[in-house]
Amino acid sequence: MARKTPDIPSASLADTAFMMLIFFLVSTTMDTDAGISRMLPPPVPKEEINDDQKIKERNVLIVLINRFDQLMVENEPMHISELKKKAKEFIENPADDPNLPEKTVKEIPFFGNYPVSKQVISLQNDRGTSYGLYVQVQDELAAAYNELRNELSQKKWGKRYDDLDKEQQDAIKKIYPQSISEAEPKNYGGKK
Amino acid sequence: MGKFRDGGKKEVPAISTSSLPDVVYMLLFFFMVSTTMKEVDLKVSMNVPMASEIKKLEKKSLVSYIYIGKPKDKFQKAYGSEPRIQLNDAFADVKDIADYIESERQQKDEKEIPLMTTSLKVDEDTKMGIVSDVKQELRKVSALKINYSTKKKVRNN
Repeated sequence: MARKTPDIPSASLADTAFMMLIFFLVSTTMDTDAGISRMLPPPVPKEEINDDQKIKERNVLIVLINRFDQLMVENEPMHISELKKKAKEFIENPADDPNLPEKTVKEIPFFGNYPVSKQVISLQNDRGTSYGLYVQVQDELAAAYNELRNELSQKKWGKRYDDLDKEQQDAIKKIYPQSISEAEPKNYGGKK
Repeated sequence: MGKFRDGGKKEVPAISTSSLPDVVYMLLFFFMVSTTMKEVDLKVSMNVPMASEIKKLEKKSLVSYIYIGKPKDKFQKAYGSEPRIQLNDAFADVKDIADYIESERQQKDEKEIPLMTTSLKVDEDTKMGIVSDVKQELRKVSALKINYSTKKKVRNN
């Protein structure tokens, strides 16, 4: 009969495991990083800055924030709570209002020929604007796009936008491209 | 069938602890997997704003962080109470950002550089001036993917 190897005492196993457990418990920070993702426009060489590409006025929604954290949309003061509705109306232009963005028919997978609006949202802020409000505005605008995408996806597939597969998402993105342009920061009045 | 000790008194048999390590290991693995180590010692205090349309940052290793906020109380004597930029473990100026991004890039594979994201952790009371400066600086070095770090807000509609 083969000789039995003596059992390794495993009583201390729990203790070591506990020690590691406590180490990880203490060093853990649970917060996952999340936030609003944006792409910055690529740098432009100085000599090339000119306003060659004029965009028609009806295609632009101008959002201004001044240094007193006041919001102005299309030359009218506005409260942040109304911004999303305004932006949605602007992006979608359901009634083909001549004051809202014009549309061009493009071929989109799954949808065939679909009128895509040429909307651009121009966001301009002062150096004195608070970052909190700036993020809120970004958030409201992103929400407007996301809601429109969701609505379209519900109508077409009866699913939420997030549940679509990649190609379907891309198709919807082509219909509602998120085009938020940020002007170079200006310093309206007063030093920083 | 039970075996009794010499004392003869009836005792409650000890609860077997042999499964204890297993339980503890399970917890241990949970924490090991979910753990993210603190990246740096924060020298600025910041309270990031809330937003609802947020995306999780993927691939933590490809994220570089820029912190902006008021210096913490113990640093206020030396650095004042105006919002400052913190890179790694030290206060920095706007012009240091290019070097910082460059040094982050050198640690990564060449293929991964376009995927790198810069996470801006900015206090909500900061003025946009300093944030714009940082963004301009990031544009100059073509670090175009940015993420405004926020907390999750639930929309009520």
